[in-house]
Amino acid sequence: MLQSRSIHSSLGLKDRILSFDYVLVSSILILGITSMFAMYSTDGGEFKYHTNSHILRFCVFFGLFFFISLIKIRFWHSQSYLIYILFFLLLLGVKYFGLTSSGSKRWLDLYLMNLQPSELMKIGLILFLAKYYHRISIENINQIKFLFLPIIALVAPVILVATQPDLGTSILIAAGGITVAWLAGVRVKFFAFSGLIFLAVLPVAISFLKPYQKSRILIFLNPEKDPLGAGYQIIQSKIAVGSGGLFGKGFLQGSQSYLDYLPEKHTDFIFTLFSEEFGFFGSLFILFLYSLIVWRIIKIGNLTRSNFGKLYCFSFATAFFLYVVVNMMMVLGLLPIVGSPLPIMSYGGSSMMAIMFGLGIVMSCKVYNDMPVN
Amino acid sequence: MLNPGRGVTVIKSKLISRRMFLLTAAKAVVMVGLVGRLISLQINQSTKYKSLSDKNRFREWKLAPERGVIKDYFDQELASNEPLYQVHLVPENAKNLNELFVRLKGILNITDQKISYLKRVIKKQKEWEPVVVSDNLNWSEFSRINLFLHELEGVEPIVSVARTYPDNSSAHVLGYVSQISTKDLKTKKYLKDLSVPGMTVGKTGLERKLDEQIIGKVGFQRYEVNAFGKRIRKIQINEGQAGKSFKTTLDYEIQKYTNELLQDKAAAVCVMDVYNGDIVSLVSAPSFQPNAFVHGLNKKYWNSLINDGKKPLTNKAISGLYPPGSTIKTLVALSALENGIIKTYDTFTCKGKIELHGEKFHCWEKKGHGIVNLRKGIQRSCDVYFYEVARKLGVDRLSETAKKFGLGKQVLSDFFEERSGVVPNTKWKKKFIGQNWYIGETLHSGIGQGYFQSTPIQLCLMTAQIANGGFKIEPRIIFDKKNNNLRNYIKFKKESPNEPLPSNLLIKNFNLKPLFENQKNINIVKDAMFSSSNEPGGTSYRHRMENPKFTFAGKTGSSQIKRFTEAQREAEVKQTDLDYKDRDHALFVAFAPYNNPEYAISVVVEHGGSGGSAAAPIAQKIIKKVIERHDLRQEINYSEGEPT
Repeated sequence: MLQSRSIHSSLGLKDRILSFDYVLVSSILILGITSMFAMYSTDGGEFKYHTNSHILRFCVFFGLFFFISLIKIRFWHSQSYLIYILFFLLLLGVKYFGLTSSGSKRWLDLYLMNLQPSELMKIGLILFLAKYYHRISIENINQIKFLFLPIIALVAPVILVATQPDLGTSILIAAGGITVAWLAGVRVKFFAFSGLIFLAVLPVAISFLKPYQKSRILIFLNPEKDPLGAGYQIIQSKIAVGSGGLFGKGFLQGSQSYLDYLPEKHTDFIFTLFSEEFGFFGSLFILFLYSLIVWRIIKIGNLTRSNFGKLYCFSFATAFFLYVVVNMMMVLGLLPIVGSPLPIMSYGGSSMMAIMFGLGIVMSCKVYNDMPVN
Repeated sequence: MLNPGRGVTVIKSKLISRRMFLLTAAKAVVMVGLVGRLISLQINQSTKYKSLSDKNRFREWKLAPERGVIKDYFDQELASNEPLYQVHLVPENAKNLNELFVRLKGILNITDQKISYLKRVIKKQKEWEPVVVSDNLNWSEFSRINLFLHELEGVEPIVSVARTYPDNSSAHVLGYVSQISTKDLKTKKYLKDLSVPGMTVGKTGLERKLDEQIIGKVGFQRYEVNAFGKRIRKIQINEGQAGKSFKTTLDYEIQKYTNELLQDKAAAVCVMDVYNGDIVSLVSAPSFQPNAFVHGLNKKYWNSLINDGKKPLTNKAISGLYPPGSTIKTLVALSALENGIIKTYDTFTCKGKIELHGEKFHCWEKKGHGIVNLRKGIQRSCDVYFYEVARKLGVDRLSETAKKFGLGKQVLSDFFEERSGVVPNTKWKKKFIGQNWYIGETLHSGIGQGYFQSTPIQLCLMTAQIANGGFKIEPRIIFDKKNNNLRNYIKFKKESPNEPLPSNLLIKNFNLKPLFENQKNINIVKDAMFSSSNEPGGTSYRHRMENPKFTFAGKTGSSQIKRFTEAQREAEVKQTDLDYKDRDHALFVAFAPYNNPEYAISVVVEHGGSGGSAAAPIAQKIIKKVIERHDLRQEINYSEGEPT
């Protein structure tokens, strides 16, 4: 063990780069490039603001991914709590200094970019819990006293985000956290129990929901009821996807998005746009890339020796998968519109930053897969 | 060793992996679900969503087509189209609306009221939707707008077309057009796809009857629109198709002349070519301004039309019902001759009245006409003579002849408003009134009173069919092709007096339908009509024309509004002494020239008094004018081929 540590700690830059998972790297790159085309189309076939800044962001954060991958996994393990606390402070900062836009307070003005800490918290919580459960022995996991900290670590940011209000992100943060806990061995009974509590609290929680959030849930149940109001987005998105057909309308030919029938086409509905222009096969291509990414992350998790690495990789893979699936189900009319970006494809710096950060740590697990974390 | 116990780690990592395996399986299931959804949307339902997407994407703006033109026989336009100058404003393109309105006010006549109305409209609409600032500018206003256009950003001069009529002389025949009403959309099927803002439809007259053909095909501009309804680009434009144009048999000059003659009267005139039934003139008075209906009718004008006792909106020539009065005597005589009831030399003695079953039947001449034969009976319009003839003839035989000559049914098929009138007989009374026929009613029918109801155009047709020698003609007002069988037959007869072929075969060869048993009877009636107009003692002798070119033969008539009481009769009350509303309608029918008949005319002057004094002088003037234009008309008839 000592020997292996010394080997790895002395890995040269070249060795580290060579030990990257290149299937994963190229999947990310291909997805990134695809997203640039999609973004170019949302700008009406011109290099305008969204396209340019998306390209810039992808390049910058791809660099970040690369950089993080090169840092020892031990470092990330040791800094996990700190990272969580930093993200949490940023979230608190949003509450007091945040920017309000269309009714919700989600952003911090950091001069260079508007940061959305809730996106970072998605990764922060996974890191925190992965480290926490790495430490705890299997006998202790289901003891009540060891459940307090994770619950607090999970509930605090979720409530902060939910009250921004940002229902979608808060659910996804919670989902990530729950995944870690469950993978670490927390009994199903416990989740069932908290599920019951949640259900009991739900009516109270609903009364705290903003009217627009309530209406979104209602509209999801019956979008045709209000075709020009809140159901509009779902209907138009389905029309766009459906009218794409097998082969799509062609690059830059998506009439639904070009003529502004598609809402939020840069962000949440980027998949709709792509699907309209490239059809069923285009959609399958995107699904394939995402599946590939998830599969590679799981594979890295399998190869990693440390439980921290495993917990992190598996949880991140699951969370990543959830982000993708929730977004797609949303735009395909299978879930209410809760506002959740599609990883890498969607326009949005914080989401991109969080995902690249997360992927970077995964890659660090790969590079240092034999290395114990503490 | 910094790690916790290795064994524990292994167990733990196994647990993690096992749970991860479950999660991965779940992921696979979800993935399959997503692909299934994509298959459902993009493959199974893609046709549905494609059409929904196109529905989103394209929006059509319909363009009102140009109505077809209605022309007279000489290609003079009776109903045409004129450019309509409008000013539209697109608020989006205007820099400062208030400033723009101040400028517009300096150029156009727009009231502050209108401006504040427009501002309200603009607030309600989307900013790229145009508002109509002025919908009917004259040319000088329009050119001024164009001159100052550079400083009127947001203003768009628009040229459109609208219906226009040269005057009101043919208002009833042509009818009028007006904006489509919701009722029109419900009742007229052809309007289903034609609903375009600003489009007009025919409401009465030919405009209404021909509407379906004359209205044209709607064009459209198809635009790609964005989610907010803003036009992005023009995809397709279809100009539509102008409506079909129609040529009528009318003569605009005569229409104008007749209309002038009928000024201030409630009257109707119909002039017809006796050989082919071409309606040369069809005028009803008083007239109305058809142009007033095109751009939304002024309420005051509408009320004045509605409340006018002379009923300017009714086309009296085809839908005014009048008892034919003495004009029917021509048919009574003809029917009696044809049925062998009387001979020309049979006489009756008129003592001013006769009595039948205790009821008195008066002749209009209180002193009586003395001994009267058929010719004198018609010349003097002796009522007693026709009481006697009618009694012998019976109403059923009379009604048969009357129907044959065109009474009791619609003459043209070109008008919704034409009425068919009544030709009474015993069956008719049983059916519609539910009573038996009285012999006294036969006497009334014999002088065209009682149940008899006819329209001026029916009387004209009746006269024309007598004038042409008793042949059936099909009157028409829409000219389609030359129809000269009868005229050719008459010409042929004249040019070859020694034709050996018997005339019934000849008639068949010319494809004619005779209405008579013996043509001599027709000639007897024509001769009697000649005497009525041209021999002293005739009822219209005063208005005769001696020039043989214009000489006409006619029959006066008056239809009673109120029966005279015995007291009035004793006091010899004259029509002019009565209230306007109580006076008789004056009727006159005639054909001309007598020797070589070409035209028949009927004139009805409501409450005009007697036919000889009120209707005949009008007929005289019109006949002169019509015959003066006869050569011109024939030239057209023979020089032009089939119209397109």
